[in-house]
Amino acid sequence: MGRYVIRRLLQMIPVFFGTTLLIFLMVNVMGDPIAGLCGDRQCDPATAAQLRSEFGLDKPVWQQYLTYMGNVFTGDFGTAFNGQKVTELMGTAFPITIRLTLVAIFFEIVIGISLGVVTGLRRGRPVDTTVLILTLIVISIPTFVTGLLLQLLLGVQWGVIKPSVSPEAPLNELIIPGLVVASVSLAYVTRLTRTSIAENTRADYIRTATAKGLPRRRVVIRHLLRNSLIPVVTFIGTDVGALMGGAIVTERIFNIHGVGYQLYQGILRQNSQTVVGFVTILVLVFLAANLIVDLLYAVLDPRIRYA
Amino acid sequence: MRGATHVKWAACAAAVALAATACGGGDSGGGGGGADGIVSSSWGDPQNPLEPANTNEVQGGKVLDMIFRGLKRYDPKTGEALNMLAEKIETKDNQNFTVTVKDGWTFSNGEKITAKSFVDAWNYGAALKNNQKNAYFFGYIDGYEDVHPESGKASATSLSGLKIVNDMTFTVKLSQKFSLWPDTLGYPAFAPLPKSFFTDHAGWLSKPVGNGPYTIEKYTKGSSMSLRKWDDYPGDDKAQNGGIDLKVYTDNNTAYTDLTAGNLDLVDDVPASQLKNVKSDLGDRYINTPAGIIQTLAFPFYDKQWDTPGGAKVRQGLSMAINREQITNQIFQKTRTPASDWTSPVLGADGGFKKGLCGKECTYDAAEAKKLIQEGGGIPGGQLKIAYNGDTGSHKEWVDAVCNSINKVMGNNRACVGAPIGTFADFRSQVSQQKLNGPWRAGWQMDYPLIQNFLQPVYYTNASSNDGKWSNQKFDDLVDKANAETDKAKAVSTFQDAERVMVEQMPVIPLWYQNGSAGYSENITDVSLNQFSVPVYEQIKVK
Repeated sequence: MGRYVIRRLLQMIPVFFGTTLLIFLMVNVMGDPIAGLCGDRQCDPATAAQLRSEFGLDKPVWQQYLTYMGNVFTGDFGTAFNGQKVTELMGTAFPITIRLTLVAIFFEIVIGISLGVVTGLRRGRPVDTTVLILTLIVISIPTFVTGLLLQLLLGVQWGVIKPSVSPEAPLNELIIPGLVVASVSLAYVTRLTRTSIAENTRADYIRTATAKGLPRRRVVIRHLLRNSLIPVVTFIGTDVGALMGGAIVTERIFNIHGVGYQLYQGILRQNSQTVVGFVTILVLVFLAANLIVDLLYAVLDPRIRYA
Repeated sequence: MRGATHVKWAACAAAVALAATACGGGDSGGGGGGADGIVSSSWGDPQNPLEPANTNEVQGGKVLDMIFRGLKRYDPKTGEALNMLAEKIETKDNQNFTVTVKDGWTFSNGEKITAKSFVDAWNYGAALKNNQKNAYFFGYIDGYEDVHPESGKASATSLSGLKIVNDMTFTVKLSQKFSLWPDTLGYPAFAPLPKSFFTDHAGWLSKPVGNGPYTIEKYTKGSSMSLRKWDDYPGDDKAQNGGIDLKVYTDNNTAYTDLTAGNLDLVDDVPASQLKNVKSDLGDRYINTPAGIIQTLAFPFYDKQWDTPGGAKVRQGLSMAINREQITNQIFQKTRTPASDWTSPVLGADGGFKKGLCGKECTYDAAEAKKLIQEGGGIPGGQLKIAYNGDTGSHKEWVDAVCNSINKVMGNNRACVGAPIGTFADFRSQVSQQKLNGPWRAGWQMDYPLIQNFLQPVYYTNASSNDGKWSNQKFDDLVDKANAETDKAKAVSTFQDAERVMVEQMPVIPLWYQNGSAGYSENITDVSLNQFSVPVYEQIKVK
């Protein structure tokens, strides 16, 4: 196990450098970011030149990348154009997005898995068909439609929630946005669990457990669910990263000042420091989530062991 | 059974949380009503650090307008530059000015405002090492080249044209005659700065201190700012409300939704997609008034194809081929007004705005347009590619409409096409590096309500924003002459003569004047926008 973890950690290094380099190059080919700083007028050339040298933009790209990476390892992610440290931006944005992601994951687990179990055990019955159709609808509607619709109905028409989330983004204001972020994944989790459960109900060990005279609830939760969760855990694990980076649309709709908003702002203003910094952290989150998923396999199914 | 209890617990938690939101909704941000009432207003994250000489966009400008007062202030209604902190500004030759600062003004931290507060602030703004984006505002002052050279290191740390005479008086020597110069002093870049700005710069930036009707109570960068009325404010434009809460919105559509749901009092930028509903949603609480912004089509004169003897005719023809009336009505829902000169209606007739100055050259006339374009040798390269940035501002719609209009006139579906560029920064870098070889969308937002500001920085030979590199001796001479004119009316009419040169040459095609738009809730009254399309916050009253 220990050797496996170390090997996985070593594998992360080239992935980490590769992705950050790619992002760095992509942001850099978009043109001169200083040109956009002065609005519809030209920046005065002397100031522009000085800003460029201050942000290191006058050096060749490879040199910029090396300097940047060197700084990152000392914990310095550079400065955004508005004078704020990128680490400061991260300090405000990440907690909010993590909270939103947790709410989303919570819904995925609670609603997704319970619906999956219910439908998986009642395959072909009306409940199953209804949930299948519902998940199909959820998957086929883009999140911004769901988001705007819920905002309009719950926020403006019925006044149940505030249409926008306040800057501190307390947990109770994140429930509806979290549901919106989770919606599509939730539908997938339901379907994955359903298939997995449906398959395993016919497995030998379930028949044995039932034959032993175990109560049905124990059979379902201890034996059936535990073994059926492996694909679901894989999905939810990889989804953590996807949710954090992919909440751009939802964060915009509900005015959540999280990672998605900072990334969007950074791309619009071509602020390479912000974009690369945030993406670097997201890459790390992705890698860590994948590692944890792989390690969880062994916990869920003792037959899977890594040497 | 362990698993089962976990699931049950989770379901209960979800139910409780949902119930909590239901209770949490509905309370609005406002405090008490009347003179202490707080107005909540939408905001965008300022692009630059909040320093007077470093703020060149509306969002940061909004705050500066609340916390700073300069030597002059533009009347929010008429745009006239009135004395604010200036006791008097005197000159004999339009080049040497003596400024006397009014006694009795202080910063909100109690520090007295003296001539030094101004001189230090201006020297800071002009110095190259401080990276101030509005440094060029000090370019008329003598010695600017030494503190802010085009390239290389600065040879001086302060402007030689600024001299402190005594506590409340200082003199300014300009590098050329400029009769309207005192009228430029209402721009926030010329604001005075307290000592703490220089001694504790980082501290000041995290909570700026100024001398305006409001003070900053709390500033959370990137998300919100609470401004409160400054009770000891010495000016006569005291705040009529208790304060302003600015909230940063990720999207102005969300701000608008918040306004309609009653969570926000003021939105100063109604999103284009809501313009159709705004009348039914807000009725009289929707404001749509002219702002000092003009939008144009600029041409690349550095490209030989465009700098031809017949070129002027082609450009005049193109101008006449654009149906401005139709586009402003249908695409912009009348939030733009067809342009007929190169200034803006906010200047007023006395300030230099002249409706119809451009005449028939800016009026739609299909037959004449086609004739002129053909006489001038046709569209260079056979096709007009209008460059614009595709990321913000919904420029695609109107560029396509302009092209449709031109195509119809030319009887050719491919005569004009839009050429989108991904981001604003990329668009601007291509414009400023002279990489475009066709026309591009251009625009000018005034710095101060003066006709000079609409012409000189944009069209004068090698001026800072003359991106197309147009150059015309006759135009330059008239601008110089106008600047030297002592009589304001004469100066304005000479500037208009310079504009007439532009009718003949059509260096850029004026399209339309942009309006400022705002919507507000039933909680507040007396909402208006100034010429910069910024709400006049201190006049807002809370019911």
